Amino acid sequence: MTTTADRPDTAEVGQSRLRKEDRRLLTGRTRWTDNLELPGMVHLALVRSPVANATITGIDTTEAAAAPGVVGVWTGEDLPEQGAMPIAWTVSDNLKVPSLMPLAVGTVKHVGDVVAVVAATSKDAADDAAGMVDVSYDELLVVMDPIAALEADSPLVHPELGTNVCATWGMDSVALGTGGDVEEAIRAAEADPDQVVIRRTLRQNRITPAFVEPRSIVVDPTAEQVTMWSATQVPHILRILLAMTQPVDEHELRVIAPDVGGGFGGKLQATREEALVLLIALRLQLPVKYTETRMESMQSAHHARDQVQRLTLAARKDGTITAFDVDLVADMGAYLGILTAGIPLLGGFMFNGIYKIPAYRFFCTDVFTNKVMTDAYRGAGKPEATFGIERMMDELAVELGLDPIEVRRRNWINPDEFPYATVAGLTYDSGNYDQATDRALELFDYDGLRAEQARRRESNDPVQLGIGVCTFVELSGLAPSRVLGSLNYGSGGWEHASIRMLPTGKVEVAAGTTPHGQGHATAFAQLVSDELGIPFEDITLISGDTATVPRGMDTYGSRSLVVGGMAIVGAARRVVEKARPLAAHLLEADPNDLEYDRGTFTVRGTDTSKTIPEIALAMWLAHDLPDGMEACLDSESTFDPENFSYPTGTHLAAVEVDTETGKVTLRDYVCVQDVGVLVNPMIVDGQVHGGLTQGIGQAMYEEIRYSEDGQLTSGSLADYLVPHAPDVPRYRTDTTVTHATTNTLGVKAVGETGTTAAPPAIVNGVLDALRPLGVTDITMPTTPLKVWSAIQAARSEKGGAS
Amino acid sequence: MRPVAFDYVAPTTVEEVVQALSDGGEDATVISGGQSLLPVLRMRMADPSLLVDLRRVDSLREIRDDGDNLVIGARATHRQVSTDPLVRQHAGLIAKTAGSIGDPQIRYRGTIGGSLAHADPAGDMGAAVLALNGSLELTGPRGSRTVAGGDFFVDYFTTAREPGEVVTAVRIPKHDGWGSHYEKFTVVVQAWAVVAVAAAVRVEGGQVAEARIGLTNMGTTPLRAAAAEQALVGVAAADTDALRAAAATAGEGTNPPDDPSGTPEYRRHLAGVLAGRAVVKAVEAVA
Repeated sequence: MTTTADRPDTAEVGQSRLRKEDRRLLTGRTRWTDNLELPGMVHLALVRSPVANATITGIDTTEAAAAPGVVGVWTGEDLPEQGAMPIAWTVSDNLKVPSLMPLAVGTVKHVGDVVAVVAATSKDAADDAAGMVDVSYDELLVVMDPIAALEADSPLVHPELGTNVCATWGMDSVALGTGGDVEEAIRAAEADPDQVVIRRTLRQNRITPAFVEPRSIVVDPTAEQVTMWSATQVPHILRILLAMTQPVDEHELRVIAPDVGGGFGGKLQATREEALVLLIALRLQLPVKYTETRMESMQSAHHARDQVQRLTLAARKDGTITAFDVDLVADMGAYLGILTAGIPLLGGFMFNGIYKIPAYRFFCTDVFTNKVMTDAYRGAGKPEATFGIERMMDELAVELGLDPIEVRRRNWINPDEFPYATVAGLTYDSGNYDQATDRALELFDYDGLRAEQARRRESNDPVQLGIGVCTFVELSGLAPSRVLGSLNYGSGGWEHASIRMLPTGKVEVAAGTTPHGQGHATAFAQLVSDELGIPFEDITLISGDTATVPRGMDTYGSRSLVVGGMAIVGAARRVVEKARPLAAHLLEADPNDLEYDRGTFTVRGTDTSKTIPEIALAMWLAHDLPDGMEACLDSESTFDPENFSYPTGTHLAAVEVDTETGKVTLRDYVCVQDVGVLVNPMIVDGQVHGGLTQGIGQAMYEEIRYSEDGQLTSGSLADYLVPHAPDVPRYRTDTTVTHATTNTLGVKAVGETGTTAAPPAIVNGVLDALRPLGVTDITMPTTPLKVWSAIQAARSEKGGAS
Repeated sequence: MRPVAFDYVAPTTVEEVVQALSDGGEDATVISGGQSLLPVLRMRMADPSLLVDLRRVDSLREIRDDGDNLVIGARATHRQVSTDPLVRQHAGLIAKTAGSIGDPQIRYRGTIGGSLAHADPAGDMGAAVLALNGSLELTGPRGSRTVAGGDFFVDYFTTAREPGEVVTAVRIPKHDGWGSHYEKFTVVVQAWAVVAVAAAVRVEGGQVAEARIGLTNMGTTPLRAAAAEQALVGVAAADTDALRAAAATAGEGTNPPDDPSGTPEYRRHLAGVLAGRAVVKAVEAVA
């Protein structure tokens, strides 16, 4: 039996505990959804559209239906019970919502749209038969470019909506009462010889979350509840959304997310594939499985980013910003996922970055095109915004001939100004941008690298050195329910946890946030160990199952620790409060005379004490409880934050650009972040490393490409290039700590910082290397071809001018 | 996806392989390491009726010294080729190129014969074999024959291999004392070459006496850069600028592919830059 004496005396929080879950995850000895085999299970294959915009003129399923092993073939017409897929964010009154059915009815709107489903006794038989389904299409003109989509003569993705504009949404500092009129400020700047006005149009490339485990679903309709296993980030949300839209009620449906191989926002969705597996399982009353291929994933799982940013920044010649105007066009793709329309507007709260901006405006136009829908991807709107402001800060530095660090320093919020009410209407709780930046500059040897850069410029070295800067803050830890409500978001932002005290002194933590690689089992055990004095090893996590964890809001927006962790701590503290009267009873003392310290109640001034495990056993036995006491120590807690979490930091990239080939090599990357109190520094580092690598991927390698006629030309990982370990440097990371004041742990979010800060740091670095050659912009990804072409263009322009 | 159903045999001799191929007819395909064929099968871009597997034909794994030539069995893996002492001594370019293919897992599976027979112009080995004047041995229903590398590669994914024939070995003339280098340019480490250059040089009296340059992904087949080779002859080995200048024409006259990694113009430029780098490193590598 456990006693608290087994527990080391030092606090668990702050220890780099190896991850409990890694033994099974790293050896692959776990159960992924696709590993599930159930008696009598049938397999699905989906027939996907090879064209981007068409009317379906006929579907002949005769041959497929007669193929060996086939149990059934359905088209959209054959499934009248299917319900339209849900959206969870009605961003504005003018939002237009196109109908997205699990199986397309009548039309297809992008390559990969699903037109038929085949069920067969084996996956092979289903795949074979899917190839026999004969679909006839009457092709229509496609809309691929979001800017062209806005032109009056553009074809329409959804003619019944009468426009390609999905929604518009705006905010400005006058209406918010946070600042001046942006147009007025820009006009004044233009008339003022002591100010500059910088206008740039920046592009956010379309990328995909590229999780390692493709999406996979199994539905078993043969028990009291219909059970769905899905490789999802959001089992609780999925259950509600499916119950609201498909022919199953919430109490009849159980959703389980077993171990999930990465999500990054890509599995924050209620997918048509999930709905289809459910629908066919209900039809057949048999267990059904569907696992997508990577190519299906690329043409069906939601993409991300894909924005055009028209930015206007006004500043005094000393570098202080006087106004910032953001006009955004965001590509939704053909349909709306649960958060699609709202992702860009999350950026609206972040385009001001860490700076004091006296006048601000944000206006976003969401546009339909014949592409896969966009939706959340690690950062969700904030990386886009950070890219916009941080690229503009470098443009300002160049315009004024200032060092990029200096121009930022002249604008950022000072340590003594927190809490700081921003021009975008948020309140940043804490931070110290000077401290993080100074530490980063020191680690990086900023001055030494600037000297090397000067030498290389001087000697006309074919390999030029660039220094990329990004100082950022991020809105994370979704989220205060009231704020979400004010944005017409379709759910609250609370999180729930319960603690189950077992009679042997062990603990089960049931948490509403669901891990897909983050290390919840480890970090949460550290939190509970410190609260209850139970050894780390004696605490286990239960999650990802609506039956065993009935309440939860799941995992996205870096919320697991700052929201979910607080719910766990709250539940643990309730255990202590429930234990106190029993401890007093057993110790024959007044409850008010008990002192509690990490798992032990001691009668003040004595050495008589009871530990939490002793009390748990006594409670379970219930032989000697005070009159009227319920025989249960288990406790629950729901936490709803009052504010978001604002992790910050300074990223510095040293990039070498081979001007002969255009190849960009990341030589060094330093990042010093303030993510508040660290629960497990190793896990924090892992989050940073992974996020950086994905951010570097967006900046340098990754791009979803479509041809003019709507074909996906980057449909496999041979064409969609993600970085591997040899492509990135050995990151050098450090942290500074200012306590978050929005939770009692003092923790801030960390999961999305890398993808937020790395893209502008890299692109600023590439441009810093090449500005002397006349290069002023390169769109992401900065592939060798694009960099070389930009150098050639700048040289010929220079040559032409001289 | 799973491949379409097919039959499968794994004979133990070349004669049985040839017999199986001719029995299988047009839809029979040889599988060696499977590194190119399996993805194509799984994407159902090919649906052969029969796979004839070379894995049990032990004689095809052999690498032997044949006087003036080195004979590398078609079934030798890239890993084997890149580490084999004979190959490293007599045909260093082949060993270096084999070591640059894919990643360790691919190199333990993929084979030299499979890679050459697949004839992907972005594949690495063709340029090196061409540069060293290598040839391929083929065996078919009408016996065995030897085809020079330059005649073997016919077009995009197309070789001089007749139906029913199997590549059994690669013959490489010994290049003792030559320096060599394979300069491969990729966007990410684990990707096909945008362009790569295989270079081998012989230095005599401080000057380049002979130079061989093979190009990867610069056309529908691997290519030789004959003009650059000639321009290099007589250049002082210590004069890196002159070596680079002489090699800079390597891309001229080629018609490389146009894709998101490179336009033809960019690839021609890259070929010249990379050829210069390859030649300089090859000169440095001269024993």
